[in-house]
Amino acid sequence: MGQLTGPTDPTIDAHWEHNHPRKGFFTDTSICIGCKACEVACKEWNHNPQDGNLELLGSSYDNTGSLGASTWRHVAFIEQGQDRIAEARESGRALVSLGMPRIGPPPQPGEVVAGADTTPPDTADFRWLMSSDVCKHCTHAGCLDVCPTGALFRTEFGTVVVQDDVCNGCGTCVAGCPFGVIERRSNGTVKVATSREEQHAGHPEVPNAGVAQKCTLCYDRLVADETPACAKACPTTSIKFGDHDDMVQTAKERVATLHAQGMTEARLYGANENDGVGGTGSVFLLLDEPEVYGLPPDPRVPTADLPKMYRRAAVAVAGMAAAAAVAFLGGRE
Amino acid sequence: MANADCIIIQGSNMAECHPVGFQWVAEAKARGAKVIHIDPRFTRTSAVADKHLPIRAGSDVVLLGALINYVIANDLWFKEYVSAYTNAATLVHEDYRDAEDLGGLFSGFDPEKGAYDNSSWAYDEANDGSITEPGGPEHGAEAGARAAGDALGSGGPPLEHAEVLRDDTLQNPRTVFQIVKRHYARYTPDMVRDMCGISEADFAYLAKTITENSGRDRTTCFAYAVGWTQHSLGAQFIRAAAILQLLLGNVGRPGGGIMALRGHASIQGSTDIPTLFNLLPGYLPMPSAGRHDTLEEYLKANASKNQKGFWADADAYTISLLKAWWGDAATAENDWAYDYLPRLTGAHGTYETVMSMLRDEVEGYFLLGQNPAVGSAHGRMQRLGMSHLKWLVVRDLNMIESATWWKDGPEIESGELSTEDIETEVFFLPAATHVEKAGSFTQTQRLLQWRHQAVAPPGECQSELQFFYELGHRIREKLADSQDERDRPLLDLTWDYPTDEHGDPDPESVLAEINGRHLTGPDAGKPLSAYTELRADGSTSGGCWIYTGVYADGINQAANRKPGEEQGPAAPEWGWAWPANRRILYNRASADPDGKPWSERKKYVWWDEEQGKWVGDDVPDFPPTLAPGTKPDPSVGGPAALSGDDPFIMQSDGKGWLFAPKGLVDGPLPTHYEAQESPVANGLYPQQQSPSRLKYPRKDNLSAPSAGDPGADVYPFVFTTYRLTEHHTAGGMSRWLPYLSELQPEMFCEVSPELAAERGLEPYGWATIISARSAIEAKVLVTERMTPLRVGDHTVHQIGLPYHWGVGNSAVVSGDAANDLLGVTLDPNVQIQEGKVASCDIRPGRRPRGPELLALVAEYQERAGLTVETSNSTVTHPAAEGEHPGGQTP
Repeated sequence: MGQLTGPTDPTIDAHWEHNHPRKGFFTDTSICIGCKACEVACKEWNHNPQDGNLELLGSSYDNTGSLGASTWRHVAFIEQGQDRIAEARESGRALVSLGMPRIGPPPQPGEVVAGADTTPPDTADFRWLMSSDVCKHCTHAGCLDVCPTGALFRTEFGTVVVQDDVCNGCGTCVAGCPFGVIERRSNGTVKVATSREEQHAGHPEVPNAGVAQKCTLCYDRLVADETPACAKACPTTSIKFGDHDDMVQTAKERVATLHAQGMTEARLYGANENDGVGGTGSVFLLLDEPEVYGLPPDPRVPTADLPKMYRRAAVAVAGMAAAAAVAFLGGRE
Repeated sequence: MANADCIIIQGSNMAECHPVGFQWVAEAKARGAKVIHIDPRFTRTSAVADKHLPIRAGSDVVLLGALINYVIANDLWFKEYVSAYTNAATLVHEDYRDAEDLGGLFSGFDPEKGAYDNSSWAYDEANDGSITEPGGPEHGAEAGARAAGDALGSGGPPLEHAEVLRDDTLQNPRTVFQIVKRHYARYTPDMVRDMCGISEADFAYLAKTITENSGRDRTTCFAYAVGWTQHSLGAQFIRAAAILQLLLGNVGRPGGGIMALRGHASIQGSTDIPTLFNLLPGYLPMPSAGRHDTLEEYLKANASKNQKGFWADADAYTISLLKAWWGDAATAENDWAYDYLPRLTGAHGTYETVMSMLRDEVEGYFLLGQNPAVGSAHGRMQRLGMSHLKWLVVRDLNMIESATWWKDGPEIESGELSTEDIETEVFFLPAATHVEKAGSFTQTQRLLQWRHQAVAPPGECQSELQFFYELGHRIREKLADSQDERDRPLLDLTWDYPTDEHGDPDPESVLAEINGRHLTGPDAGKPLSAYTELRADGSTSGGCWIYTGVYADGINQAANRKPGEEQGPAAPEWGWAWPANRRILYNRASADPDGKPWSERKKYVWWDEEQGKWVGDDVPDFPPTLAPGTKPDPSVGGPAALSGDDPFIMQSDGKGWLFAPKGLVDGPLPTHYEAQESPVANGLYPQQQSPSRLKYPRKDNLSAPSAGDPGADVYPFVFTTYRLTEHHTAGGMSRWLPYLSELQPEMFCEVSPELAAERGLEPYGWATIISARSAIEAKVLVTERMTPLRVGDHTVHQIGLPYHWGVGNSAVVSGDAANDLLGVTLDPNVQIQEGKVASCDIRPGRRPRGPELLALVAEYQERAGLTVETSNSTVTHPAAEGEHPGGQTP
């Protein structure tokens, strides 16, 4: 087993000899139009069943709710008024003041820096945020690290994939994911016909029922040098796919550009390799706090504490051994 | 669009309805362009725009008119462009009277026929006369019946000749410029506030942004869709934008223009090679009985040899079409088989046809890729109309509501129809999808893109091409021995396409026929390469003149797929754009009158003095060697009469029309009228609605009272209908697919928190919406994206209704159809329905079932005192009614 916390290259960590550059997404929510083409392309390519009971969810235009066993891309819709926009702008500005995402040379005297009011004059008093969420393919993946069967594995692209035929459906990984991404697929859902002949022939059996399911970052497409289905279908390039390092760099540049335009609400998510999951393979540009989008503000992989726990356990074991020895030796006297 | 510095999206929800095309808006924005969305609702387009301005549905001409006024009053118009390239300097005949002078009517209104005699709007002529149409004047009532405006899809209306009178100082009060200036003088920011619900500050922001992003160095682009067209004066909304864009010099230049966003993958194609009753391919009009009885009359009325530009050669386009269809049977002796073409005897648009069905005048009906039971205005009229047919053929991918209304439609539930009593025989024929057949799509930008077949269609599914080819064969077999003259057009058709092993005709052979070929001479049999090669002497054939060149050199140019990054900015090797693979129309206007680019930044097509020809990034839209300073005698006619500064080569005078002396039946200048149903009184004129709108005063098509009339408060709210990204129009391609259905599973309405509070509507609970025609139910989305507008002295609440759902048992998801609420009132230029604005009431709870539903609708009608006359007056200005506003005799 490799490193459990902190910055690392997970592919090397997983002992791939002929590894590729780590692959990942950069989802820029500032240009997402909420078309959900990513959701549909994902389901089509991966033959995932329909979710839900075909009723309005009561959540603006979002009717799939969250990521799950059968929804591997999920677009959130958040309607916000003026107060919330002002707060988001302030909290984003504060992040920059902390020196977080900045590219290029340090600011020169006289240059507009964080804190100056660069609010665009046409700022709306209302906004509708849209954001396409996906598996984070963490540097330290909780799901993978707790999987007892080896069904989850680290690919040569640094992504995390379930082997359907190995998974025994124990569900340990579900609790292991700090983002709530991976789930076991229940067999109460409906499989969608894969051909037009099947369409009216009743519903065939749901594939992979009972086992853990999540985004594979289209592993089957990556091995054929193809772009994942969601990124391929995205009409506005809100979902970008490429080498993880490039994605993080692009994301940093984009957030700097938006800040320069006065959109100080922009901030990155998952790009910090010192966070609780060692940074994510899928990074995001958000326009508000992560919680607003249903994302944990400070995700932490449960196995991050393993070394500490082992150390404490070792200390405890040693202490108990010592105590026992002392008791034993003492008893002899 | 990617080259624009400012993009105004109005009458369109582009991000939702054209998400793929929206990539160019996203690209423009990434390059720093401002994007402003003007729409009754805050949509996914507004979400990524720099600013959203909520507007009262149907008030767009007030806003656009105020922008025109702003540009003229503040002297912000592009002087060199306007003076040289538009008809600003042209003199209009002295008989012309403006709507400003006649209470909202232009001169020539005929209240009996509810239409204009437009002869007084004509250009002035040297000998005291006026320049009329080449085929003689046509009354608005007749032009409206054949929706003559549709024929202007590839060029401007014809004129007798182009020897116009000009005052280049623009001072003469009869110049177009002065007329336009006077007409819009009362379209002020105050009027915008009071009629559109847009504040003075927001108007100032809009006006400033547009004008700062127009001129030599910068360009602004407009994008619209059916939010502009589906009004009783929809064509005039677009005209208003055209006037503004011409004044700002934003036509024919990169990043300029007015983008008509078409609704489906090939809806542009379906007007180019039309599925419309009144058109032949390439926007040639369908002949009308009485007006176009002989080929000579037809050719004369379409275009004059004395007018300027390429439409003067419409005879070559027509005769080449007849040669493509009837081959050797089309000869000089039989006028190239002109008499094989049917003649229009009146209005035969889709709504007129449905009303004919109700009168038992129509026996059979083919529905191809259309679901009128859900998708057309007044769904009940559509379904009841179909119940009068003897037979109905539905060719579709799925068992759509138009194929099942006889067993599970709303009228079965309400008891108006019973399955046992319906005598219509319904045939359902399964159709191949777009991946199961090859062919071309023509999209918004007039770009033809070839689509290869990916898989064979399953079972008995067939392509349209195969279906019609076989149908033609079978009919011709049945008629083979006929001696009847009327069967000659069918028997003489060239019907000889090669087929594959499944009997599917080769679509490239059809493309080759459309492209056209030389029939005689050394090149006989070879494909033509440009429409300028078409001849009127029977030596060429061509199925659609504007498409000539798509099969040049025997190569399917529509299948070109060189990636954009491997070629220049116009990307001419991706697909093929009509005409002549030109990406921006009228692009000669991208250079100044001397042929130099207006600026380095907006350089596109220019005159190369050394080579003596026009060069640039695109195929120049101008005679290739016509030098900028050339001034030929206009009386020579045709392309040879074009001056070096006549960029609008399809206009009969070579100029962009600020004022339209011909071509529109409801007025030469866009003028604000309220919708057929409106809770607001027209603040500009005593005339409430467009006087020449097409009305259908029938008991099954009642209208809500207009502002101020008794009963108007029974239907106090405005509703507008629209699409969502997740579904396709009437749902035939989406509600049968679980992946799309789960994303938007249920019919809903969008209301503001204020309206929800006023009417006690619960979020995500049920509401019933009642119009003068019907009542439907929907789940309630209470959202701040809907804004109550302060209009004049009262608040206007607007309700949003997506129209994708229909009542039936076959789809994955179903629901009430928003279009059932709409009535039938049409724009007289093109016969499009007013689908984007009407009146309603809303209340909490589900709608009643069975006959009680009809009782609810009737109770409202009674309470409002509706009769067939309600809101159906032609002239609402009492003083104007008796006046017969003149201009007929000076």
